[in-house]
Amino acid sequence: MTLFIYDHTFEGLLTCIFDAYFRKTFPDSLLTEGGPLPLFYDEAIHIVTDEEKAGRVWRGLQKKISRHALFSLTCCWLSELPKVDEMLFRYIRKAINAPHSIETNFADPDVLELAKIYKRVDGERIRLMQFVRFQKAADGTFFAAVEPPFNALPLAVDHFKDRFADQRWLIYDVKRQYGYYYNLTEIEEVTFEDPHQAHLVTGMLNETLMDNNEKLFQELWKTYFKSICIKERRNPRKHRQDMPVRYWKYLTEKQ
Amino acid sequence: MNENILAKLKILAESAKYDVSCSSSGTVRRNQSGTLGNTVGGWGICHSFAEDGRCISLLKIMLTNYCIYDCAYCINRRSNDIPRATLSVSELVDLTIEFYRRNYIEGLFLSSGVVRNPDYTMERLVRVAKDLRLVHKFNGYIHLKSIPGASRELVNEAGLYADRLSVNIEIPKEENLKLLAPEKDHKSVYQPMRYIQQGVLTNKEDRKKFRHAPRFVPAGQSTQMIVGATAESDKDILYLSSSLYQHPTMRRVYYSGYISVNTYDKRLPALKQPPLVRENRLYQADWLLRFYQFKVEEIVDDSYPDLDLEIDPKLGWALRHPELFPIDINRADYEMILRVPGIGVKSARQIIASRRFSKLGFYELKKIGVVMKKAQYFITCNELPTRTVNELTPTGVRRLLVPKPKKKVDERQLILNFADDE
Repeated sequence: MTLFIYDHTFEGLLTCIFDAYFRKTFPDSLLTEGGPLPLFYDEAIHIVTDEEKAGRVWRGLQKKISRHALFSLTCCWLSELPKVDEMLFRYIRKAINAPHSIETNFADPDVLELAKIYKRVDGERIRLMQFVRFQKAADGTFFAAVEPPFNALPLAVDHFKDRFADQRWLIYDVKRQYGYYYNLTEIEEVTFEDPHQAHLVTGMLNETLMDNNEKLFQELWKTYFKSICIKERRNPRKHRQDMPVRYWKYLTEKQ
Repeated sequence: MNENILAKLKILAESAKYDVSCSSSGTVRRNQSGTLGNTVGGWGICHSFAEDGRCISLLKIMLTNYCIYDCAYCINRRSNDIPRATLSVSELVDLTIEFYRRNYIEGLFLSSGVVRNPDYTMERLVRVAKDLRLVHKFNGYIHLKSIPGASRELVNEAGLYADRLSVNIEIPKEENLKLLAPEKDHKSVYQPMRYIQQGVLTNKEDRKKFRHAPRFVPAGQSTQMIVGATAESDKDILYLSSSLYQHPTMRRVYYSGYISVNTYDKRLPALKQPPLVRENRLYQADWLLRFYQFKVEEIVDDSYPDLDLEIDPKLGWALRHPELFPIDINRADYEMILRVPGIGVKSARQIIASRRFSKLGFYELKKIGVVMKKAQYFITCNELPTRTVNELTPTGVRRLLVPKPKKKVDERQLILNFADDE
């Protein structure tokens, strides 16, 4: 069994592909630097991430598959699922070897898997667009906390930039402890020195940090949410299907 | 903005909730630099889901729930003793903007009870939309209800600010409408619909000549029908929907299962539960009309005036036409694959794309997402022949696919029948 050990970055994965073709040995398994090694193996090769090699693989792929398929690859990477890197490795290898584009061959397990994971990550992007709830802080910044299972925030921020172009906002990923801040001109990635401040953990601003009217609007929204429901048609199962419980933590109307 | 608004919001949201339209789709409008809002187009975004499972995409609210009409099916009828309220234009505008900024909603869906006369009411609705668009530079979605009987000038003005306009038919047959709402007629509904359509078509011509001519109702119009309040069959309802879809601007027909809000009125049936299954079947039939290239006479006709409540309309059609099946997944054309029960638009497209690479078998189809439980009786693929609808007969397949009622009793326990013999 051949192992490739790399730094678990997307560039690192592309470098693995470059080196595999260069050495003409293909790994049976991809491992992260510092992780435990399996009991038995023939060879463990350390791959050093190289921007140039990664760039060459990426440019090669651009000739082989469509832009949408390339986008799917990056989305799947953002899913952070275990073993997704090995799936991507197999997919890219098939794409390089095939004379024609393989991206519509859904009978191939890797192609189908890629399409399915892409759909899940894209679904998460849409969930972010749906369920982000801003709270207005005293200084006029709109703050929202999220905790998506996949790292889909970078895919969604452009939407928020386009929509809320005239307000400063911060969307903070509690799980991954980073966020995006929009300062009326551009979006920047931010991390906090002290990620244990109350509102960065609970996702809720406390009343001293809130804008004067914020409490009222939260009340109004909760009232509206309750009033719009038709009691005769109550359907808790569908309610939970469309708005899974894991999002309730940061939803104003579910507090 | 104060506490007083809270009470008004509660009253007016409760009055507006029986309107089922919710979509915020149909327009793509990017943000114009430095202003608030955009619309994403293709599909809308649902920001929340109420406990009845319906999505909350737009701030669905009435400007006022005072009404001069006395329609039997409506909660806001004149003779009902319910709390009434009116929002001022500025209150509503503020509410919309502030909700939008917090990402609670996609925009506004504004309706109103009719006060004084249709034109007076319509004018106030238009003023809200105009304020949002021109004063506050709001770019989000606006859906306005066009008040039946409103004049052409007002509908034309509304069209400049709204993304979608809608007029509700409510009752498919005019004689039944006359029975329940003697002050209304179908003419007052179809007239604004015609205005909207003419406006859109004129605008289309204008935009060919002047690229920057303002768009008129870019997301078209929609309407709604109440199901179960009167005696119409599904055939009446679907024929009407189908003829409405012939018009180029009609995007959606909504079906609203009747909820007995005015139980004292003897002209209406007293339903314990709204007809939810029937409503669901009507939506399925509606989807067949819009996305599956079905014609309405294939779904319902004189011998089948009502949809089957136990099986979906597509399966129903397939069971009535066993002579067309089984079809070969690896050869049949897209239109025919789309007609197989258990295969949707997405699966059909994936099948068409994938079979260019290799023949497809049960395993691949299942992985693609085909509901094999249904589809297996209607297809052949790269597998040994199985028993299809022709061998099992339509009634046999139906028996296999109808969901079995859950057993309430434990079979291991002896049941003693103590029922009284009459």
